[in-house]
Amino acid sequence: MELKIILSVIIVSFGAFFLLIGSIGLIRLPDFYSRAHATGKSDTLGIMLVITGLIIFEGFTINSAKLVIMIIFVALTNPTATNALTRAAFRFRLRPWFKKDQKINVREREK
Amino acid sequence: MIRNEDNPIVGLVSRIVSPFIMLFALYIIFHGHYSPGGGFQGGTMLAASLLLIRLAMGSEIAQLQFKRSWGTPLGSIGVLIYFATGFTAMLMGGTFLNYEFLSLSEIASHTRSIGVLLVEIGVGLAVMGILVAIYDDLLEGDPDV
Repeated sequence: MELKIILSVIIVSFGAFFLLIGSIGLIRLPDFYSRAHATGKSDTLGIMLVITGLIIFEGFTINSAKLVIMIIFVALTNPTATNALTRAAFRFRLRPWFKKDQKINVREREK
Repeated sequence: MIRNEDNPIVGLVSRIVSPFIMLFALYIIFHGHYSPGGGFQGGTMLAASLLLIRLAMGSEIAQLQFKRSWGTPLGSIGVLIYFATGFTAMLMGGTFLNYEFLSLSEIASHTRSIGVLLVEIGVGLAVMGILVAIYDDLLEGDPDV
């Protein structure tokens, strides 16, 4: 009983850590593509870890079966939404951020 | 408008996820007595599953699933079910939407449960039809879709 609670708390804390990393990346990274990279991966992993911890806490019941279905749909839909967003941005000719071309970009913006 | 039809990932995942959204919407409608939910919420999720296919695959392919001309008649049928339940209870001697007088079953609470379910199905059909019809009317005449 104690071991179950400790394990679930550890896994939920890992999930919260990955969610925090994704949020920091969303604020700190320079352009749209790298922000989508941060949120698309680490948020998916964070949500999946949080739900896994809740499954361990809940035990072998009908509620944990619903949580397993939630994990499957989060793993399906969250990367797909990120893919659709980045693809739309790429086809809209949004330029990625480069360190060498930064001055060129600034000049083009000034035109 | 950017066409998303040639993105196979979005199309495949939408086609996988859409039936499950429909199933969950039916659960919300039919389990509305005991848990949060009901006709309006379930109808909105049914409309969301139809609009997901429309957005991901394009309106032309989505006509195979739900035709453009079906939205308004389905909404009208839903409203008709709602008012038919209410006025049937009135004709049987009660007040409007008084489910006890429907005499669908021997037990009074059972009758009331079936009456609420009929009304919820009507509301769900109306909401689904009207939301899809609004989407199709907004896109009407757009050559890019």
